Amino acid sequence: MQLIYEQSVPGRRGVKLPASDVPAAPALPTPLLRKEAAGLAEVSELDLVRHFTNLSRRNFSVDTNFYPLGSCTMKYNAKVLENSAALFATFHPMTALLPGGVDFCQGTLGMLHDLGLLLAEITGMDEVTTQPLAGAHGEMTGIMLIAAYHAAKGNRAKKKYVVVPDSSHGTNPASAAIAGYEIITVPTAPYGDMDLELFKKAMTDEVAAVMMTCPNTLGLFNPHIKEISDIAHSHDALMYYDGANLNAIMGKVKPGDVGFDVIHVNLHKTFGTPHGGGGPGSGPVGVKKALIPFLPQPRIVKDAAGILQLETTNPGTIGRTANFFGNFGVMAKAYAYIIMLGGKGLIRVSEQAVLNANYIKERLKPYYDLPYDMTCMHECVFSASKQLAHGVHAIDIAKFLIDRGYHPPTVYFPMIVKEAIMIEPTETESKATMDAFIEVMIEAAKTAESNPQALLDAPLTMPISRLDETKAAREQNVCCAW
Amino acid sequence: MNDSHYCPHTPEEIAEMLSVIGVSGVEDLFAPIPAALRATTFNLPSGMSEFETHGRMQAIAGENSQGMINFIGGGFYDHLIPSVVDHLSGRSEFYTAYTPYQPECSQGTLQALFEYQTAICRLTGLDVSNASLYDGGTACAEAAMMALRITGRNKIVLDGCVSPFSRQVLKTYLFNLDVEIVEIAPQSGLLDRAGLAGVLDDSVAAVLVQNPNFFGSIEDFSVLADQVHGVGALLIGSVYPIALGMLKSPGEIGIDIAVGDGQSLGNPLSFGGPSFGFIAATKKYIRNMPGRIVGETVDRNGKRGYVLTLQAREQHIKRHKATSNICSNQGLCALRGLIFLSSVGKAGLADLARLNRDKAEYAKAQLAGIPGVSVLQSAVTFNEFTLVLPKKADQVVTALLEKGIAAGVPLGQYYAGSENALVVTVTEKRTKKEIDLFVRELEAALCN
Repeated sequence: MQLIYEQSVPGRRGVKLPASDVPAAPALPTPLLRKEAAGLAEVSELDLVRHFTNLSRRNFSVDTNFYPLGSCTMKYNAKVLENSAALFATFHPMTALLPGGVDFCQGTLGMLHDLGLLLAEITGMDEVTTQPLAGAHGEMTGIMLIAAYHAAKGNRAKKKYVVVPDSSHGTNPASAAIAGYEIITVPTAPYGDMDLELFKKAMTDEVAAVMMTCPNTLGLFNPHIKEISDIAHSHDALMYYDGANLNAIMGKVKPGDVGFDVIHVNLHKTFGTPHGGGGPGSGPVGVKKALIPFLPQPRIVKDAAGILQLETTNPGTIGRTANFFGNFGVMAKAYAYIIMLGGKGLIRVSEQAVLNANYIKERLKPYYDLPYDMTCMHECVFSASKQLAHGVHAIDIAKFLIDRGYHPPTVYFPMIVKEAIMIEPTETESKATMDAFIEVMIEAAKTAESNPQALLDAPLTMPISRLDETKAAREQNVCCAW
Repeated sequence: MNDSHYCPHTPEEIAEMLSVIGVSGVEDLFAPIPAALRATTFNLPSGMSEFETHGRMQAIAGENSQGMINFIGGGFYDHLIPSVVDHLSGRSEFYTAYTPYQPECSQGTLQALFEYQTAICRLTGLDVSNASLYDGGTACAEAAMMALRITGRNKIVLDGCVSPFSRQVLKTYLFNLDVEIVEIAPQSGLLDRAGLAGVLDDSVAAVLVQNPNFFGSIEDFSVLADQVHGVGALLIGSVYPIALGMLKSPGEIGIDIAVGDGQSLGNPLSFGGPSFGFIAATKKYIRNMPGRIVGETVDRNGKRGYVLTLQAREQHIKRHKATSNICSNQGLCALRGLIFLSSVGKAGLADLARLNRDKAEYAKAQLAGIPGVSVLQSAVTFNEFTLVLPKKADQVVTALLEKGIAAGVPLGQYYAGSENALVVTVTEKRTKKEIDLFVRELEAALCN
């Protein structure tokens, strides 16, 4: 397809702007002006509409294809949420920061406050900040809160390390590094969880925090989680819960009840807001009481009269982590989702997410290696090791699925599973959809034996075949020349 | 009945699936969670239909005051959004997809992001852009961390005229790293150049400036760029994309890394988010860029296509040694930015910039005509300027809110000693009638 710039015709105009109703201002001094106008597209509105409509048709999406991308919780995004978020489009965030401005923003501030209470109940935490803009941003905020906690006790210099299991998301160590910590990585034991003995050895009084994803990225719930948090606490290390997999456990277990001190929640995963082709997300952070003094500001609090206020005078705060109150539009969708589903609805979400993952796991087990063969939570991780004997890799199975109209599962993550295929169906998929997917996965396994070349050649039905990623990295052509 | 929202299984199907798994009930699947750890309470509302939900959301939106006339900016701006932006970004093939890990079935998102990167490069006059960051504030922080990596130095100099929010975000990000931050206090709404020269030496990794700055002043940073480069440091410029329809581009100025907030490009105010941050740089710094980058390549048949590239910089490969912890971008907001820029177009963006300045200059002249009111800066301005009032700006702003006018951002809480200063923003959306009303109401408020 042509780029929008390749369709440009000099002098062609798109949207018409309003006429000016004021006198023209004198021109700025030439040294302050750009020499020539920015080379933006010059296309008609119809050409623009066709271009982006046709581009959209080159995407697989939840609304067009089953999208069992493990660790990403690609559930259906209810349409009413889009309508609800649009109600808030015209509210300027600065209004709330003006003197007396909160009186004019009680609806939006109240919603953020209520969302914090709901998330606190779901996760077992005492207070939630809605400021973090995405999951990784929440992780960074959370670890900074932990750093501030240790600093307040005079232990900042002593506490040098953050412990993560080797199955963790890459964002965990990357976020801890921004907060100034060195990383200790603990290997996974054959039973699928962080090796408890090695963990005990790694724990010293120099550890500031332990970051866990629970259920972990193998989809397994760590039965020793309470013991792990007790050990961490005995060294005055705090427990960080990566909320990426919260969709598995709502109403079943609360991270705050099992010893976690800080949690981030990915609203775009668990709470049904769309992923947007890579964002916007939203990553509110929940904390236990001991960490409330360090929360980002402005902090939304309810005064004795029930009026929402902005607290900006807390001396312990880590400061501001984003310009305003977080991704409000995303939070409006998540809030609507939670009040619509209610407690029973959320419990059912987790139950059926877990049911669906176990169903797929059982049905595919005869055809694919399952390195950790036990009851999983919301996702299951296979290995393409059987297929590798025929020269077929996980990526080849992924490409075969594309030809059959399925977005592939996550492949090559978690890194601890060779040729990993990580499947997360989510609760919103029907049995019929999963059965059809299972049949195609079985067909892929059989084709790997009978005609491996067919998998290596896939995909053949897309606008393009496999791309030369080395060439892209070498040439670094990241913008259309002008 | 309402419990089944978007969970499609019938009881028969559930029974069938349980028998395949070999357990008797769904609860058995939660057996790995020790009984002692199970939740004992779950005090949430009881749930409702989508219709009742939307009604509740309407009620919440109704608790905010409606139809406020905005003369406030401070990083988020009340701009026109062409209808095509909502309609095209509302294609669910875009908004219900995820990060394009599988390029063959994600060419829509990938090509759009490549076009977005191109738009940002052309707007900023720089060589490379990533696929977007979270917002303008975090983009400043990411740019500073990028400069620390590039130079191997550990000092950042901040122009105090940069948005206080962005400066606060940057300080939060850098707090735990071994970095010295030096702040140069503003001088009448402009960078204190002598003050800056006094701290500029070869220990500085980068200088962060903003154009137009938080006071609204436009400055020529070309000479500054030479001075900064003279000590081997980088110049980071936070810019306002609408103003780039008119103002000298960061590339022309000699800025090494340009950042900014993309809200003004087709993203609604939405009480502060989502928007997107952009970052662009000269080509030699590409391997130090944070976040996703889309690159052009060819497929097996030599056909052009797009992929996520240079991923060896990123957290999912490099973990704690990555250039940033960022995982997602703000894909849909960046797409809105691209559609906005492509709809307004090359000549249109220049027109839009002119319209903003025309409205602001008209308002500035009228407001400065009120007895006792003056304009702080001698410098030229774009669509924001700073008034000095004969009384505390806080009181005036509070009074005008009651009249349905958000009069501007009082500077007192951000700059000590500026209690009478008010930053006023006038975008193309403000009509002459609204501006005239504002002038009358401000005059009245000052008389009281």
